[in-house]
Amino acid sequence: MLIRRPPDIRPAEITDERAYHSRREFVSSLGALALSLTPVKGLGVREDDKPTPYDDITTYNNYYEFGYEKEDPSRYAGALVTRPWTVAIEGEVHKPQTFAIDDLIKRYPAEERVYRLRCVEAWSMVIPWLGFPLAKLLQDVQPTSNAKFVAFTTLYRPEQMPGQKTDILGWPYVEGLRLDEAMHPLTLLVTGLYGNPLPNQDGAPLRLVVPWKYGFKGIKAIVRIRLTRQQPPTTWNMAAPNEYGFYANVNPDVDHPRWSQKRERRIGDLFRRPTVPFNGYADQVASLYAGMDLRTNF
Amino acid sequence: MSGSWRQHWKAWLPHAALVTLALVPLALIVRDALAGRLGANPIEKITHRTGDWTLRLLLATLAITPLRWLTGWNAVIRYRRTLGLLAFSYVCVHFLIYLVLDQGFPVQGFALGFVAADIAKRPYITVGFTAFLLLWPLALTSSRNSIRRLGGRRWNALHRLIYVAAALGTLHFMWSGKGKNPTPVYYALVLILLLVVRVWQDRVVAKRAGAAHAPPPSPLTPPLLT
Repeated sequence: MLIRRPPDIRPAEITDERAYHSRREFVSSLGALALSLTPVKGLGVREDDKPTPYDDITTYNNYYEFGYEKEDPSRYAGALVTRPWTVAIEGEVHKPQTFAIDDLIKRYPAEERVYRLRCVEAWSMVIPWLGFPLAKLLQDVQPTSNAKFVAFTTLYRPEQMPGQKTDILGWPYVEGLRLDEAMHPLTLLVTGLYGNPLPNQDGAPLRLVVPWKYGFKGIKAIVRIRLTRQQPPTTWNMAAPNEYGFYANVNPDVDHPRWSQKRERRIGDLFRRPTVPFNGYADQVASLYAGMDLRTNF
Repeated sequence: MSGSWRQHWKAWLPHAALVTLALVPLALIVRDALAGRLGANPIEKITHRTGDWTLRLLLATLAITPLRWLTGWNAVIRYRRTLGLLAFSYVCVHFLIYLVLDQGFPVQGFALGFVAADIAKRPYITVGFTAFLLLWPLALTSSRNSIRRLGGRRWNALHRLIYVAAALGTLHFMWSGKGKNPTPVYYALVLILLLVVRVWQDRVVAKRAGAAHAPPPSPLTPPLLT
């Protein structure tokens, strides 16, 4: 009786008028009329990966800039102004550049990628993102031979992000990837969800998605991407180094002090299911970590 | 006949009202569950809500003695055990949700291994489970007969365990989340305040007792034994 029975027709399957129109606006704003929403196959989507309902993806968020509770981002992120918005690509690159977000969206046509998302808190979702590979952007700015890592920074604007007035975490939120992780074809810069522009609570206007890593690596509301020689600091690692590593690859064999990582609850399911190494993307990414001890490099 | 019935009724009505009131949060959880209004992760939600109410009721239980002492409202002591038992009821629901719905016992037969690992390895579960165990002897001796059997002094000493349970419960809340969750800090502050008042009260009472050899107040007085 405590379990919500899934509706016969998933909300995702119903195209209501509002969504229909906003989709058209989105598409026309992209100027990408040929945008295809066909999911890309062969990227590790599995039979049992039914997309999580839109309502769940947009009301159950860890986005501490808007508060500590899961519902807080859906309540408060509406106040965030996402236009105008610029994203600076800088550091160890030959062609540093600052993009207006709409130019960026126009320049890199969005494709739909259905990815599993595994949170470090042992829950998971299946999300049809819209976005483009980070590699495309990085190739265009031409990393120097010194570039070894990519550092990302979230917007710092406490008057619109009330969580930044608290000490839940250090602000602004920063994340990082090794360059080869950033260049991997699965690594996505996301601008949309379910065929629509990304809602603010999910990281609008631009967020990172790295599906084989825990969700906190997926930094939201990105304003700066900096290529660096040294491994950049990351927010959760600074908050609790023994709990959150730089790599944060999904790994059922390395427990978190607060949560067993052996199982996860897929949102919408009653019982937990086993967690899979690299969140099920091992065949595509395990080679990045060949020879590394993943227990120490967690 | 009718007079004793009326007395009986008068003694029980406030308890019944208190129990009813304290069960409202549980009723709201059931209502939200039936209406599908528990959000994307209903099991997490009901775990948190029952945990919150356990702590609130524990703190309410601990507030009774200082309240009685500070206000001179002696009759309020009658509701202390009722509140304690309500806190215990909520922690039982909280634990059962964790065991059955969250961990899958016994539907997923191997779940007990996960539960044991959780209790042994995760500090917030270790302290939470310890607090839960500590509340059992208190709940089991929360009858008038138990007080008589143990004697007021020993009963009072045993039931001071509630302070340990409340402290561990607050730690459990504090350690259960990521980052710095501001909410458990408020619970901790209330708990510390109640402890300080209690220590202060004990000192004042001890001073007076030294002068007058007054017996320690029985958990049943007033008015059950007067």
